[in-house]
Amino acid sequence: MITSPQQLTNYLEAFSDFEKSATGHNLPWLRKLRRDAFARFCETGFPTTHDEDWRFTNVSRLAQTPFQLVRTGHELSRSQVEPYRIAGAACQLVFMNGRFSSELSSMPNHANELEISGLADKIASNPKPLERYLGSYLDIGRDAFCALNTAFTEDGAYIHIARGVVINGPICLLYISTGTDTPIVSYPRNLVVAEEGSQVSIVEDYVSLGGGETFCNAVTELVVGENAVLSHYRIEREQKQACHISTLRIQQARSANVASHSVLLGGSLVRNNVHAVLAGEGSECLINGLFAGNGRQHLDNYMLVEHKSPHSNSRQFYNGILDGQAHGVFHGRIIVHKDAQKTDAKQTNRNLLLSDDAQMDTKPQLEIYADDVKCTHGATIGQIEQDALFYLRARGIDEISARRLLLLAFASECLDRMSNDSVRTHVATLTNAALYDAALPSSVSAQPGHEQAALRWNEVG
Amino acid sequence: MSLLEIRNLHVKAAGHEILKGIDLKVDAGEVHAIMGPNGSGKSTLAQVLARREIYEVTEGQVLFEGKDLLAMKPEEAACEGLFMAFQYPLEIPGIGNAYFMRSALNAVRKYRGIPEMNALEFVPLFREKLKLLEMDEKLSNRSVNEGFSGGEKKRNEILQMAVLEPRLSILDETDSGLDIDALRIVAKGVNAMRSPERAMILVTHYQRLLNYVIPDFVHVLVDGRIVRSGGPALALELEETGYATDEPDAMPA
Ligand SMILES: Nc1ncnc2c1ncn2[C@@H]1O[C@H](COP(=O)(O)OP(=O)(O)OP(=O)(O)O)[C@@H](O)[C@H]1O
Ligand SMILES: [Mg+2]
Repeated sequence: MITSPQQLTNYLEAFSDFEKSATGHNLPWLRKLRRDAFARFCETGFPTTHDEDWRFTNVSRLAQTPFQLVRTGHELSRSQVEPYRIAGAACQLVFMNGRFSSELSSMPNHANELEISGLADKIASNPKPLERYLGSYLDIGRDAFCALNTAFTEDGAYIHIARGVVINGPICLLYISTGTDTPIVSYPRNLVVAEEGSQVSIVEDYVSLGGGETFCNAVTELVVGENAVLSHYRIEREQKQACHISTLRIQQARSANVASHSVLLGGSLVRNNVHAVLAGEGSECLINGLFAGNGRQHLDNYMLVEHKSPHSNSRQFYNGILDGQAHGVFHGRIIVHKDAQKTDAKQTNRNLLLSDDAQMDTKPQLEIYADDVKCTHGATIGQIEQDALFYLRARGIDEISARRLLLLAFASECLDRMSNDSVRTHVATLTNAALYDAALPSSVSAQPGHEQAALRWNEVG
Repeated sequence: MSLLEIRNLHVKAAGHEILKGIDLKVDAGEVHAIMGPNGSGKSTLAQVLARREIYEVTEGQVLFEGKDLLAMKPEEAACEGLFMAFQYPLEIPGIGNAYFMRSALNAVRKYRGIPEMNALEFVPLFREKLKLLEMDEKLSNRSVNEGFSGGEKKRNEILQMAVLEPRLSILDETDSGLDIDALRIVAKGVNAMRSPERAMILVTHYQRLLNYVIPDFVHVLVDGRIVRSGGPALALELEETGYATDEPDAMPA
């Protein structure tokens, strides 16, 4: 633990202030949830690189920064949010530094089939349904950041999809961090309950307005009922000073089918935890990700997939592209519990290093307690293939364009797994823009227009 | 002025001298065949002309339409009108075949100051070339060469040549490993490109292709040197007797 008494005192003061006035402070179960989580955080403190799960990621900078919790929304106009809308979305909920803004959001009109609200509003108006799920699957014992998020749980998105309901357009959650002079922290907490046989796509899009030190510590719990189909997309594209640690906790019932897609393009220190538990027989999980970093970005992906019942199937595919002095991490852990016979689990991590100073650490970890299972893993770290580059150039394509094409092709392996067309197009545009400069030997270039970028993407592959 | 003029070309790879003084002149309208045993340097010559950077030119000169070819980057040589069909075409996952071809064609057009083609304009042209090479249209949306059969890959090289319409084409063993139907199709594609303005260099081990594409000249490359040159009859003779004096046992694989 690297948490000094002074730092703990800061958190203690912040917590006691928060706890007194937080929405739902008078609900005994919620008060207990927050207090237990805070106590847990005090016991462990922040992790260090001696902690096996944090070997490659040093969070001492985060631990030492006196972040302030902002609980009042910052004023923004709808037109400022407009550029972040995703075409074809069923609705868009907007969060300012973790606080839901109903003025900036556009809500769906599905009434009984689909319930969507800010979590704080739900706690204030009708907290009963939350009690059963909130925090019930998240492992706060394992992760200090999950404990902190739970201690400071107040707002975020609450989404409930009724039995058998199919929602067509994606549900978009936009998280905007706005920097100020003081470092600020937000703790978005999202709960998604997809009942039996329902189907939905959810996008979490993290962006910044303005610079400054911001820390977003987010937790999303997905509770996926029997035979439900759920796709979750996380897009991290905050500014280059932002710290972002998020945990996606997926709980799958029998035959539930979940896809988690992560796209990390922005932020300075980013940790992306995905923890899926395939609790029900025959459940299936795809964990797909793309991370692209440059400068001094640190992009850490920590995957944990637990197979708990027979005949469940998981696939992890992560592709990384690292330029400058960026540091990427992929930690892929698979646990096959003893009853999970006939598990089929596969993990692949492929990485391209574009500069000599970029670094990638990849670590598979298989723990298998059943005897009749199929588990494979593989990782590669390489450069842009010179033979491929020559092939393209020999046909007249200049070197930078050829590099760009090859990078986009590499990224498209991940994009092609995204089944929702409007989200994929959105992600493709962002990825193309992010990779545009990565093809350059030095760093001067013009950004392509968005339309052109999207067009180019659609044709690749 | 010759289309291509190679003067005393010496080339090293990984410290070894591979080409030891090549002289060759190719004029517009001509077809040259280069034959020779395995490892004699045929692909090295083709790759150097296509400007592969891993080969080090230690001596000599190459002029392409009077310009210093050895000063060009691969993409410049291509845009100037030089095309090499790879002996082993690469698979490029994630880049669609048609998209790749249009990007290449537009790169060349841009270089020459011709307006670029949009997808709508390109499709009919591409279809016509696919038809010439009797290729399934499905191959146009697949990734470049990915999962193609050996014959499909070779035909795809000729398809690229047909789209780019280069002035000089160097086909490195495009005929190797083809069954007779595929060979006939490749030959049809090659012959369709023959014209008084264009020239070709066919690197081959076999007389078979030369039955369909009659060369004007045949050269024998042995151990980095052209040891014999002659007319089409030389290819027939080589088929009977094998390659030249330096390595009497060397036979085509
Ligand atoms: N990049 C390279 N590095 C080192 N040696 C090379 C390289 N390329 C070719 N060589 C060597 O140069 C010689 C000529 O090779 P090249 O591929 O040009 O022969 P080739 O005539 O095309 O043979 P084949 O008929 O088998 O295709 C061989 O001994 C080969 O091993
Ligand atoms: Mg060869």
